[in-house]
Amino acid sequence: MADNMETIYLCIVLFPLLGSIIAGLFGRYIGRSGAHWVTIIGVGVSSILSLIAYKYIVFDNGDIYNGTVYQWLVSGGISLEIGFLIDRLSVTMMVVVSFVSWMIHIYTIGYMHDDPGYQRFFSYISLFTFAMLMLVMSNNFMQLFFGWEGVGLVSYLLIGFWFKRESAIFASLKAFLANRIGDFGFILGIAAVLMYFNTLDYWEIFNSAPSLADEKVMLIGGYEWSLMSVICICLFIGAMGKSAQFPLHVWLPDSMEGPTPISALIHAATMVTAGIFMVARMSPLFEYSEAALNLVLVIGAITAFFMGLLGLVQNDIKRVIAYSTLSQLGYMTVALGASAYAAAIFHLVTHAFFKALLFLAAGAVIIVLHHEQDMRKMGGLYKYMPITWFTCLIGALALIGFPGTSGFFSKDAIIEAVHASTLPAAGFAYGAVLACVLITALYTFRLFFLVFHGKERMDNETWSHLHEAPAVVWGPLAVLALPSLIIGAFLVGPLLFGDYFGPAIYVLHDHNVLAEIGHEYHGVFGFILHAFLQPPVYLALAGVFFAWLLYIRLPDLPEKIASKLKPVHQVLLNKYGFDDFNQFVFAGGARLFGRALWQIGDVKLIDGLVVNGSALSVRWFSGVIRQIQSGYLYHYAFAMILALLLLIFIFVHY
Amino acid sequence: MVELVVFYFFGAVLVISASMVVTIRNPVFAALFLVLCFFSSAAIWLLMQAEFLAIALVLVYVGAVMVLFLFVVMMLDINIARIREGFVRFLPFGVIVALLMLIAISLIVGSGYFEMKMPAAPASAVSGYSNTTELGKALFSNYLYPFEVAGVILLVAIIAAISLTMRKPRSSKAQQPSLQVKVKKGERLKVLHVKAEPKQDQGG
Amino acid sequence: MIVLSDVLILAAIVFCISVAGIFINRKNVIILLMCIELMLLAVNMNFIAFSYFLQDINGQVFVFFILTVAAAESAIGLAILVVLFRNRQTINVEDLNSMKG
Repeated sequence: MADNMETIYLCIVLFPLLGSIIAGLFGRYIGRSGAHWVTIIGVGVSSILSLIAYKYIVFDNGDIYNGTVYQWLVSGGISLEIGFLIDRLSVTMMVVVSFVSWMIHIYTIGYMHDDPGYQRFFSYISLFTFAMLMLVMSNNFMQLFFGWEGVGLVSYLLIGFWFKRESAIFASLKAFLANRIGDFGFILGIAAVLMYFNTLDYWEIFNSAPSLADEKVMLIGGYEWSLMSVICICLFIGAMGKSAQFPLHVWLPDSMEGPTPISALIHAATMVTAGIFMVARMSPLFEYSEAALNLVLVIGAITAFFMGLLGLVQNDIKRVIAYSTLSQLGYMTVALGASAYAAAIFHLVTHAFFKALLFLAAGAVIIVLHHEQDMRKMGGLYKYMPITWFTCLIGALALIGFPGTSGFFSKDAIIEAVHASTLPAAGFAYGAVLACVLITALYTFRLFFLVFHGKERMDNETWSHLHEAPAVVWGPLAVLALPSLIIGAFLVGPLLFGDYFGPAIYVLHDHNVLAEIGHEYHGVFGFILHAFLQPPVYLALAGVFFAWLLYIRLPDLPEKIASKLKPVHQVLLNKYGFDDFNQFVFAGGARLFGRALWQIGDVKLIDGLVVNGSALSVRWFSGVIRQIQSGYLYHYAFAMILALLLLIFIFVHY
Repeated sequence: MVELVVFYFFGAVLVISASMVVTIRNPVFAALFLVLCFFSSAAIWLLMQAEFLAIALVLVYVGAVMVLFLFVVMMLDINIARIREGFVRFLPFGVIVALLMLIAISLIVGSGYFEMKMPAAPASAVSGYSNTTELGKALFSNYLYPFEVAGVILLVAIIAAISLTMRKPRSSKAQQPSLQVKVKKGERLKVLHVKAEPKQDQGG
Repeated sequence: MIVLSDVLILAAIVFCISVAGIFINRKNVIILLMCIELMLLAVNMNFIAFSYFLQDINGQVFVFFILTVAAAESAIGLAILVVLFRNRQTINVEDLNSMKG
């Protein structure tokens, strides 16, 4: 079995790539059905093999695989190679990635049925699968970066898939640029790793990390920085870009411009987890830098809290969910900062389920309402769409962390971990995530009540056609509802407090908050009961109550509050002005700079001075010279004589 | 003493006639004054024992070159009035340039720049000394090659002068091989058919 | 007795006169050619003088060559002049400025 594993790992990666190449390059010849068959089979093989690998690693306790499959080049003693590190962390991610992707493939057959870019789309999502698998399976930074950039590229292509839409192009460019900023930090971090560890291989780096923990580097004029902090902060900047953390979060809400379910699933459930995964993977480095952990904690807390606030004022149903995704990513980041890497991955998994559920539920509502996304034109739908209503309720409860749902376990574990953390920023982060529980409940149930309860605000035309979503739509909802409800209870024990990840995640003894919580862990029911002694549950219930109060009981009140707190409301509507700021300062600055380069550098300096200028100066100079070339003999003679005189005087005197 | 008087006399003639060359209005007279210049220089050269060159100057320059000048001057119908206009205007300018030149030359010659002692005039040549022989020896030994080149230059000058001034189209006869080759039989050969006649005189 | 500087000064004077002549008679090509002959004469005078006072025959050899070249030069110069006059009906330097830039 073990001998075959390398082949299996290779196949996991290569089948999606093969499918992507066939669908992308030969899509015209194999036709639409050919394109979806070849990619679905490719990704399907990949997911089934991922399951086999998962069984081998997790259940059979198989050997962790760390090997090079191809050496790309060796330069200056540094070997750039393609290799796989398959342990419990990466195999978990592989299953999640390949399965989500497989589901997207199947779902897409229906969703994109009439789209002219059918083959192209399948090629993209297969390529996405390939890049994401390369990212999670990598055993070195080079390949990690390759997958990282590949995912970024496909994300750009997918957001801008409808390239004839102005807004889609803008959003894709925005996502690409925001990710580039993160990648800049990321590549700096990799460069620092290469410089000090002199290798790109994970294990070699992790093994030598303790010896370099106290290393100092001089960055800017005399200040000593901890090497680990510099590396980790640089790497985390990359994660901020990919996982849409503050202040590089701006691209995620706009990514909803892509084809709805696919973009939402990739950007909400799969791709954005790359940053979380990367930090978890780099835990042996991050553990040695308190500064970086604090930064991670603070950034995560800010993202969780402030992005949740934005969800309160959005009226577009998909955008509310997008902001909730940002907020939940903030939670994961907070968990990373608190050294509760397992909790972050746990939340990642549960979030993937209930967020997918919510997105698909939103999609169902949107389909039924004839592509109406404004929540102000919905309401009272529970009568017409009971299944959607019920599954959405489960998703919402999971999102707010209602005791017993999957979200409850992961979120509570994070909050507890932050509470137990001894880092300086933990206090702030704890406050932020607690407040965020309230906010999460508020915006989630605002959405829920606005859509399914209250007055029916849609127009008559739509109202007369209201009905339950078709089976092909509510089917997946039902399928997803089950794990959203129960998966947490099953996973919480082994994933958090058992030694599930083994050596894949490394936590210093001082930071091991999960072990601390683990002392008080006595089974699932104990965990639930314990939660009732803690504030989060009550905060969540209070949030639900407020939502009920504001949007069912007193529906006029939100308007009044909004008008009373107009400045705050305005700030929230403007998303804290980040978009405007970026648009004005960075985009405007870049445009100004480009314009200056064009007007001054190109037109004036190059065209004016160098090109035309040299020609003009030659013309001017020859115009002057021409005056001397009079054509009269005596002028030339005079010049000769004068020169002769000059020479004689020089000759005599010197 | 006599030499000095002769030198100054011819020197004065040389300077005056040179001035006349550049100032006189009529080119014919200018050419004639130039002849006078050459004559007086030839006399001075004689004083300095350059007999061959003095004679050559008179023969070649006065006899050939200056006659050529006169030919040309007289042959060309020159509008003298127009040619001479602006003369007064340029006179001060020319004088200034000349003075500057003179100052420069005297600076060099008078400053002893070459650290050359003023050699005394050499004694008269010994009897049997021939300037022509000496010059000939030098020319045909050390300077043989430049001498040949000088000859070629003169030849080139002759050909150049003739070809420049040749006015008429060529009147010489030459073979034209291309035409010769293209000739056909019919142009040159005529076959006559003559009736055969019986021999009149048999046995005769 | 004649001294070297006497001859050199005489030659210099003649040279300067001819230089002045070039500027004064800037329009008449024939006079210009004559001035050039005069300049060459002055230079030759220097050669002869040095040759005499240094008792070196090489100076005279140079004069010989200069005379040769000067004769050739004036012959060609006059030929050009004749052709020029034939074509342009003038030898006025002012009219000969087709090389003006």
